[in-house]
Amino acid sequence: MDKYQPVIGLEIHVELKTKSKMFCQCNANYFGKEPNTQTCPVCLGLPGALPVPNKKAVEYCQMIGAALNCQLATQSKFDRKHYFYPDLPKGYQISQYDEPFCTKGQIEISEKKIGITRVHMEEDTGKLIHDVEETLIDFNRSGVPLVEIVTEPDFDNAADVKFFLEELQVIIRYLGVSDADMEKGSMRLEPNISLKLKGEKNLPKYKVEVKNINSFNFVKKAVEYEIIRQSQLLEKGKKPEQETRGFNENKGITISQRSKEYAHDYRYFPDPDIPPLEFAGEYLSKRKGKLPELPTQKMARYVKKLGLRQQDAFILTRSKTLADYFDDLCSRLRGKEQQVANTIVNKKIQTNLTVEEFIKEFNSMTRISTVTDEQMKKVVEEVIKKNAKAIKDYTSGKENVLMFLVGQVMRELKGQADAKKIREELQRRLK
Amino acid sequence: MKLLGKSLTELKTLVEKKEVSCEEIFEYFSKRVKKYNNGLNAFLTIQENEVKNTLPVAFKDNFCTKDILTTASSKVLDKYIPPYNATVVERLLNTGYFVQGKTNMDAWAHGASTETSDYGNTKNPWDHARYPGGSSGGSAAAVAAYLTPVAIGSDTGGSIRHPSSWCGVVGLKPTYGRVSRYGVIAMGSSLDCPGPMSLFVEDIALIMQAIAGKDSYDATTASIKVPNYFKSLTQPRKLRIGVPEDYFEGVDEQIKKKVDRCIDRLKKMGHEIKKVKLLSPKYAISVYTILQRAEVSSNLARYDGIRYGNDRTYFGEEAKRRIMLGTYVLSHGYYDAYYKNAQTVRTVIIEDFKRVFKDVDIVVGPNTPVTALKIGEFAKYPFFGELMDQLNEPASVAGIPALSVPVGLDKNNLPIGMQIIGNYFDEETILNAAYQIQKETDYFGVTKKNLEKYPD
Repeated sequence: MDKYQPVIGLEIHVELKTKSKMFCQCNANYFGKEPNTQTCPVCLGLPGALPVPNKKAVEYCQMIGAALNCQLATQSKFDRKHYFYPDLPKGYQISQYDEPFCTKGQIEISEKKIGITRVHMEEDTGKLIHDVEETLIDFNRSGVPLVEIVTEPDFDNAADVKFFLEELQVIIRYLGVSDADMEKGSMRLEPNISLKLKGEKNLPKYKVEVKNINSFNFVKKAVEYEIIRQSQLLEKGKKPEQETRGFNENKGITISQRSKEYAHDYRYFPDPDIPPLEFAGEYLSKRKGKLPELPTQKMARYVKKLGLRQQDAFILTRSKTLADYFDDLCSRLRGKEQQVANTIVNKKIQTNLTVEEFIKEFNSMTRISTVTDEQMKKVVEEVIKKNAKAIKDYTSGKENVLMFLVGQVMRELKGQADAKKIREELQRRLK
Repeated sequence: MKLLGKSLTELKTLVEKKEVSCEEIFEYFSKRVKKYNNGLNAFLTIQENEVKNTLPVAFKDNFCTKDILTTASSKVLDKYIPPYNATVVERLLNTGYFVQGKTNMDAWAHGASTETSDYGNTKNPWDHARYPGGSSGGSAAAVAAYLTPVAIGSDTGGSIRHPSSWCGVVGLKPTYGRVSRYGVIAMGSSLDCPGPMSLFVEDIALIMQAIAGKDSYDATTASIKVPNYFKSLTQPRKLRIGVPEDYFEGVDEQIKKKVDRCIDRLKKMGHEIKKVKLLSPKYAISVYTILQRAEVSSNLARYDGIRYGNDRTYFGEEAKRRIMLGTYVLSHGYYDAYYKNAQTVRTVIIEDFKRVFKDVDIVVGPNTPVTALKIGEFAKYPFFGELMDQLNEPASVAGIPALSVPVGLDKNNLPIGMQIIGNYFDEETILNAAYQIQKETDYFGVTKKNLEKYPD
């Protein structure tokens, strides 16, 4: 096995959460809707219907490209990709061929650079529902904006693939352009895997694409399985076949689906229904400037500026909601960032509380934890000594003086103690 | 009141003055359709009931009409009833018109004869043994025989101008992007242009006013302001008129003569006639054939037998030929040689027209190389459409507007058309010129003679 080096590339589809579909005004949120209720002549591909591109979707696609450090094209267009399948109502999919919105990006994973070949925009297809006796078509998904991200074959192990995908999912969620939910199908993965001899410069002459994978763990398993399967074939002197394989979750293996010996001829040509698109350089740099702080940037800031531990910074930045919550807390609890991080990471306080509720609980918790009973008792003694008049008033029956004394102790302890305990101690000493 | 040969514009005025009712007009045209349509086969579908207070307009059967059968004259769509209206239909419904009926055409608009229709060809109103031209042959025949005051057609490579010429009516192919294609069953998407046909230029202006302009459902429509076409008809303009020699090559002598006669009249009217050099139409034919076939093969892919009832075996010979050629030119390894080259030459043709329109306002020439051919002659020519449309395709490829007007009859008493080509989005000038010809010549008596053949 050590003889071979895996060569792995990824194709990822992400469904955008725009209000309307890619080329019509139908609702893009089809999840859980009655079949064929979110449709119109355009997404049904009826005779005479024409596509009009969704500006927001194009913007979202460019945001993904920018976040993956891609070059954003100033000139672009949509193309028709032809193939026959019952879920494709026009007999072609509107996609992008040689002028995608974004190209030549890269991101860093476990200190390795992963190249992003392209990020382009297309439309989703309908969905086939196989019944016992018949197959039905639901076109609610037809025309939903879909972004395809293609990486260079820069991975050489399954663990990095998983890291990359997790990172990508977090980035996309940060951008707020998609749920990137594998279970709902709003993020779909297709790794392609091949093996070459270690040290060999050229890419292998075949590749195996694996489809139908719906979790990051399964991607890892599928890639690992393929590496073993292909190395065994190579050991026997056989070249693995260029093909598409499906992943069987129950058995943890891949199964041949169709041979791809000859590439499909999709007969791409520019879609005459959609004029070419042009973007001013200024507009595109603005697009890049508008990106939110991305997880790696946030993480670096937490470590460098807030002094958080790397591990905590990582956990906090995995979800934008959590990171935003943390940022909110930090802005109001300056100097206590690591303490706040500890509290969240160790789940001492629930993060579903409002920021105010969290701070309240955090304060009372830290009071207990930062002042020892001994320190507190010492201060109580000092306060009693310094306030002879107040003590006299209290012993003669003015009970509300007690609160004044508690306040004095608290001031000495900079508010870091438990008021209830101070009160009890004072009462005990003044009996 | 005698309604025969009244323009839609006149009918509209009469209704406004309450001199005639919409109901009477409906009854009038219904009667004429009953009387003549069996012989002509111009209409495939006829609306039986009057739509209150509106005037009739006929639509080619590739315009989607909500709840009304729309087949594009192909059995593939034999029972297809669209759930929506084409933008052109919708706009006319909103401006006081109703769908009088749907007219016959070459199936999928493939052809210049209506012979490829799966519902029988339409007869030329001038001679029932001849083709009306096509593909909007049903629309042209319905207008010529005055079964309707106005018919809407679509022009991809001459499909409005060609039958207009053979039937002796006026037909305008607007600039590509001037009139929405939404809801027009696509043929060649980068070429398709919906437009009006009538016996009178003022009706063309009237209809254009209603249908032209930006449509949010068609990304290829232009936001350029729609001028007042009607008003610009009557402006006393003196025009610079270009005559390209190459457009007379291989054209029937009788046609040349009648076109020349009209050009002479224009000169006498004070217009400036200039010889211009335009690229030979033969280049446009090659470009057109490749692009159109490519787009056809793509546009017909949706009729895969899963929807619309009938499967692919219902495609006729012509559609199959075009799908195969289109598939070939888009195939891997051939794309660059055919499609890409064609796009490059298309740009050259566009530049050529732009250059000429710096010197002239319009370009005129014959509209067709021959007058209406006898039914059956179609089979003799494998590229019949391209041959018939060779003078129309340059404007289609360039996307510029062009119109056909009648300028006389040949020895067989068949109409001859002259083509007026204009600059981008300058339908105004074309209409102004055509209106001047109409006023000055009365189309050399063609319209009058036409109407005499179809009395009430």
